[in-house]
Amino acid sequence: MKSKVFAWVFGAAISAVAATAAQAGTLDDVKQKGFVQCGVSQGLPGFSNPDSNNNWTGMDVDFCRAVAAAIFNDPSKVKFTPLSAKERFTALQSGEIDLLSRNTTWTMSRDTSLGLKFAGVMYYDGQGFMVRKSLGVDSALKLDGATVCTNTGTTTELNLADFFKANNMKYQVVAIENSDEVVKAYDEGRCDIFTTDQSGLYAERLKMKNPDDNIILPEIISKEPLGPVVRQGDDAWFNVVKWTYYALLNAEELGITQANVEEMKASTNPEIKRVLGVKNEDGSAAGFGTGIGLDEEWIVYVIKAVGNYGEIFERNVGTNTPLKIARGVNALWKNGGLQYAPPIR
Amino acid sequence: MTKQHASIAYVRQEDAPLLPAPPSEVGIQGWLRKNLFSTPFYSVLTVVLGGLILWFIWDVFQWAIVTAIWTGSNREACLVPDGVTGACWPMVREKFPQWIYGFYPVEERWRVNTVCIVGVLALAPMLMPSAPYKTLNALFLLAVFPLMALILLTGGHFSFAFGSYVATLGLLLLTSVTVPLMAFGLEEGIRRNPHGLISAAISVGGWIGSLYVSGSAIPWTALAFGIGAAVFSLGSVFKEPSLSGRTAAYTWASIVIGIMLAMLLLGANLGLVPVETSQWGGLLVTLVVSVTGIVASLPLGILLALGRRSQMPVVKLFSIIFIELWRGVPLITVLFFSSVMLPLFLPEGTSFDKLLRALIGVALFSAAYMAEVVRSGLQAIPKGQYEGAMALGLPFWQMMNKIILPQALKISIPNIVGNFISLFKDTTLVSIIGIFDLLGMVRAGLKDSNWAAPSSTPTGYFTLALMFWIFCFAMSRYSIYTERRLNTGHKR
Repeated sequence: MKSKVFAWVFGAAISAVAATAAQAGTLDDVKQKGFVQCGVSQGLPGFSNPDSNNNWTGMDVDFCRAVAAAIFNDPSKVKFTPLSAKERFTALQSGEIDLLSRNTTWTMSRDTSLGLKFAGVMYYDGQGFMVRKSLGVDSALKLDGATVCTNTGTTTELNLADFFKANNMKYQVVAIENSDEVVKAYDEGRCDIFTTDQSGLYAERLKMKNPDDNIILPEIISKEPLGPVVRQGDDAWFNVVKWTYYALLNAEELGITQANVEEMKASTNPEIKRVLGVKNEDGSAAGFGTGIGLDEEWIVYVIKAVGNYGEIFERNVGTNTPLKIARGVNALWKNGGLQYAPPIR
Repeated sequence: MTKQHASIAYVRQEDAPLLPAPPSEVGIQGWLRKNLFSTPFYSVLTVVLGGLILWFIWDVFQWAIVTAIWTGSNREACLVPDGVTGACWPMVREKFPQWIYGFYPVEERWRVNTVCIVGVLALAPMLMPSAPYKTLNALFLLAVFPLMALILLTGGHFSFAFGSYVATLGLLLLTSVTVPLMAFGLEEGIRRNPHGLISAAISVGGWIGSLYVSGSAIPWTALAFGIGAAVFSLGSVFKEPSLSGRTAAYTWASIVIGIMLAMLLLGANLGLVPVETSQWGGLLVTLVVSVTGIVASLPLGILLALGRRSQMPVVKLFSIIFIELWRGVPLITVLFFSSVMLPLFLPEGTSFDKLLRALIGVALFSAAYMAEVVRSGLQAIPKGQYEGAMALGLPFWQMMNKIILPQALKISIPNIVGNFISLFKDTTLVSIIGIFDLLGMVRAGLKDSNWAAPSSTPTGYFTLALMFWIFCFAMSRYSIYTERRLNTGHKR
């Protein structure tokens, strides 16, 4: 009985908090306080990681800057709150942060039962395999009889079992608790394959004795769409975040880059003109920016600040960075990838 | 006679000269024989373990000095084709400032340095028994220094509403009713100060009433009665000027003035750029958390320990509940509660600082442990000491202050310092709630893809262990020194 009462009171307290959180307009709050409070990770190479000069770098971080630029025309008007995996959702629910951009996997339960909304997929991740080049394997389907290094007790282990069973292959697993030790075990040759999320594979490869002797196989055996999250029930803010993401994609599709965005304003292509908020020929505004409570040239601000999606990708995780991740499924839909944005019109 | 003389010539007039000890018993050889090779079994043990230790030291030396990489500007430097290298020191050089200051802006780091230097300069004479002016020194360390550190580290700019000055002043005025009690004792103090107590009661009633009735008149009335209480209380002390009465009144007045000045200073614009606590990190956070925990836990712990042994049922019950509650949960739970649960219960927008939440959690947690350590010291004092003190007619606080606590604390020194050291190391737990302490900062640094290499992780953790060891070892040595100094005839 007592515990029921407690649960009821507790539930009421939480829903009361959720209700108050829903009523406040985050966009207005953000404009008033003058910066976006953005929740990031405590350090994940390529996504959100502090460099030696106290600057945060990474794709997730750049997305926060893009949102700040869209609102304030100033990518520095953002404050980062490093969050552990356990506290990230509470921080968003309690209003401590405005936007969670912290390699968070979009799943149904998170989307529907936590009072949160996912605004898009910044990075399509998924479980992959790393093997030594000397093994001469180019596809995960040729891994029959291999020894696999992985972490204990994660979904990684379950996905692995499913994949091998579905393809009628045998394997032996070497499961180790600590992820640093898993990498070490693989590097010392205790197993043929190392498996974890693909972005993680690229990051861990840097810690190996001879990074270039290892390749990451193209197969991805699970879905881990990582994207920015906002509170449910605040549609104006959700729209700003969602369309900032789409703006990055549309800009890449139309070839608008950080370098050429000013010249592009003179373009005659009506699509580009709409994206960049160029006035109609009769002098009237197109109204896409003002429609979501921002300036007409908000996409110009975003692209000037951080570049388009492709530029963000290449700068932080692309083939010229230590991580050397290929676009793969994160290429635009036109190039055979999954990144697709509805048009701005 | 002569015969006798002749026989006496055989008796030695002086002691035989002492022969030097056999070479196998003195010097290095003797020491080795006595301590390392006394029996065949010990000889074997010495050779085997000594060999292992030398092997280990040689390996560490090889790794940290001989095969280590000393120069470079990114991970390529620490990446050798065959893959086997020693420590990656350029990574440490690049990351070290960040491990010390966290994300504290580079151009503001002098503020951290100033706080650190002043702290060390003020603490060092405090730790040296021969240095003079202990009272002033302690006053500086416990009152002025924290205020200075707070202002310098955060940059001040605390926005106090006018109401909070009024409220604080009111509360401070109300504390004046304790002045006569301090001066004359409980019963006599109440007898001499009836008007002051009545005014104080009305004032408290007014403050509580203003929570329910909105009307600015009520707090002002309450403040007026608070002033009344102060006037009556101080009046009753000065009516019959005694030394203790004046001391109590002056102490009270200086505390009031001190707190109001501190609030004014914190609220003032001193031209310092505000640095949010989310930008603090590394050793700075580790020291802030552990020093606050250490400084807060000892007095709180002593009070709780005394409370637990008290005859007063309410005080005793409160102390027991507090101690058992905080000792019953792991620190990690306390931290999670402070960072994850607390924000949900507070109304939206009233989020208060994450570091502050963790600080309070750590301080209360360690106070509960400290209470039990101090209590163990109190238990060890024979009953005769209490009875002797009471027979001398000493009141409770004088008995504790002059007789019991000095002995009890001396007994508990090893445990108290043990607690301090474990608290210092436990502060690393704050990294799981997203605060970058030294460990969290090192970890974040190791994840930088510009420096990821096989050798960088061990190098980072090696440096980290070394830094922790220096602090903990220093604390441990100082505790041994204090123990020896206070060792007045109980040596075993």
